[in-house]
Amino acid sequence: MSIFADETTRVCVQGITGRDGAFHAKGMLDYGTKVVSGVTPGKGGQEVEGVPVFNSVSEAVERTGANTSIAFVPARFATDAILEAAEAGVRLIVAVSEGIPTLDVARIYQRLGVLGTRMIGPNCPGIISPGKAKVGIMPGRIHSRGSVGVVSRSGTLTYEVVDQLGRNGFGQSTVLGIGGDPIIGTNFIDALEAFEADPETEAVVLIGEIGGTDEEQAAEFVRSSMRTPVVSFIAGRTAPPGKRMGHAGAIIAGGKGTAQEKIEALRAADIPVADRPSEIPALIKGALGRGA
Amino acid sequence: MKIHEYQARGILRQYGLPVPAFDVVTTPGDARKAAAKMGGPVVVKAQVHVGGRGKAGGVKLAANQDEAVRHADAILGMDIKGFTVEKVLVAGAVDIESEYYVGIVVDRATKKPVYMVSAAGGIDIEEVARETPEKIHKFAVDPEGGLTAEQAKALASKIESRPGVSAQVADCIAKLYEAFVSVDASLAEINPLVVTPSGEVMAIDAKINIDDNALFRHEDIAAMRDPGGETPELKRARETGLSYVKLEGNVGCLVNGAGLAMTTMDLIKHYGGEPANFLDIGGSSSPTKVVTALEIITGDPNVRSILINIFGGITRCDDVANGLVQALAQTDIDIPIVVRLTGTNEEAAREILAEHEFTTAETMDEAVEKAVGLARRDS
Repeated sequence: MSIFADETTRVCVQGITGRDGAFHAKGMLDYGTKVVSGVTPGKGGQEVEGVPVFNSVSEAVERTGANTSIAFVPARFATDAILEAAEAGVRLIVAVSEGIPTLDVARIYQRLGVLGTRMIGPNCPGIISPGKAKVGIMPGRIHSRGSVGVVSRSGTLTYEVVDQLGRNGFGQSTVLGIGGDPIIGTNFIDALEAFEADPETEAVVLIGEIGGTDEEQAAEFVRSSMRTPVVSFIAGRTAPPGKRMGHAGAIIAGGKGTAQEKIEALRAADIPVADRPSEIPALIKGALGRGA
Repeated sequence: MKIHEYQARGILRQYGLPVPAFDVVTTPGDARKAAAKMGGPVVVKAQVHVGGRGKAGGVKLAANQDEAVRHADAILGMDIKGFTVEKVLVAGAVDIESEYYVGIVVDRATKKPVYMVSAAGGIDIEEVARETPEKIHKFAVDPEGGLTAEQAKALASKIESRPGVSAQVADCIAKLYEAFVSVDASLAEINPLVVTPSGEVMAIDAKINIDDNALFRHEDIAAMRDPGGETPELKRARETGLSYVKLEGNVGCLVNGAGLAMTTMDLIKHYGGEPANFLDIGGSSSPTKVVTALEIITGDPNVRSILINIFGGITRCDDVANGLVQALAQTDIDIPIVVRLTGTNEEAAREILAEHEFTTAETMDEAVEKAVGLARRDS
């Protein structure tokens, strides 16, 4: 198994006729993902990479059985695009767009809760279950099928970790980037809960960073509710307070959200914390040895 | 984005909150005119994007116009934590009977705007939160439905029991929420919201931060950006779409992705060095971005070595390599550069760089160790 995306995933690409949408639609198709439709209002009837384009997500869902959408839509139109996909009945929305207003994301989150739709992101690289489906922008070839789950607030740092896992012989069940914004649809706990329920996932890597308290809450969840071993890494030990470090959500505000607090919370929950990403494979090896 | 207190007061006034008369001036002469207009005692306040203005001597009460001029003269040009005061706010002073705190933040945990009110106003609210958290009343607002009149009344009753005054406080609470949502704030606070001896409620300080992501739909607010306090490098970085934070060390770094950029800094420290900066060139890199990034890094006189760490996904390694070669052709960079490029188009990148002399590295650890070593040797 895997979480949130698998061989039943049928993807609709919102914004498929745009530069990024077309490029990544091809990337997902090349990986073997079932990209069944695309949507660009006003461009229904066209084809991109052999994928039929529709004017609306509901039409795409009806005609092609899409159950997942990925939005490559400029931030100012992304709120409407995400809500449209949710109303059309997809079960998962991957919001890659960076720069969606935070209050819009708060409203989207409330509405999606009512509709029972999961959102990954915004401002994220997406999700990949190696060998089954890639719904995102990550380089597919560094991933390999296996039993390690990876959940991260970052993009390229996740690639780095996945690459090192692969070089050390650890394939992945699912890898997901949950996004660098202050408000996101899927938190660490949501992913951890799903990994815990997934029989294929034998260990999890959690990659956090400064800002907010999501890692602290995740640590408490691991301690109280998980049997699957978790190892971790936190970026931003040297980040100065009050400065936004690239991600909208990566900021130490009012002295809260430091890497040190997160590392302490994780260690207090008996979760090993790597000092460097290159230490993660050894921690996984240890965790699997202990768990086996 | 931070805006100044006078701009925040303007927004409050626009949304119908009671704010004493005020003006913003840049000369002592104009401070006199402003004080004359207000007619009684005034308060003169430095307008800089930094906390602790009062303690630094940037906030003074003036009993008359002459004092207002003297205070404005002293405060204008003053340096507060590295920020030069170019503007002062002159506002009518108000007699205070009690002081409250009312504020709204976007709360990451509940994913909602959260209202906070406290009868312990006028002091640092973070200190209140630490020392006496029971004095802060919180309420998470439904972002779809908004704040109802009943909820505003209930919040007001937590801090003010006199019916007439409490109704005014509730009105302020409702209007502040309306302002918060309308301008896409990430934080809006009035500290303090005061009650005068005659029972009148007024906002005498205001702080509003705007969600950068929402500036595209608020041209008027985007125009409030104060370039003062923004260094030329920061301005260039912002305009080029680079995330740049200057630090004190001597190992410059250029990385794609925020998490990887932070990790690169952390590793520099781990291997005994000090990072000179955080710099994320973002996802879709172009050679031009790389050139600008290198110019910003080499413009920092502390930098003794430069580390380029790229994990290509959407970022193409050959784009970064081309930018690097262009930058070297345009300017004479005599600082040693360590390059680690892996991922999309790394072979093409290697070919581009083969004709130039760079220290290369296979892994991030190796690259950082080399860059730290070079910075040490050269200093």
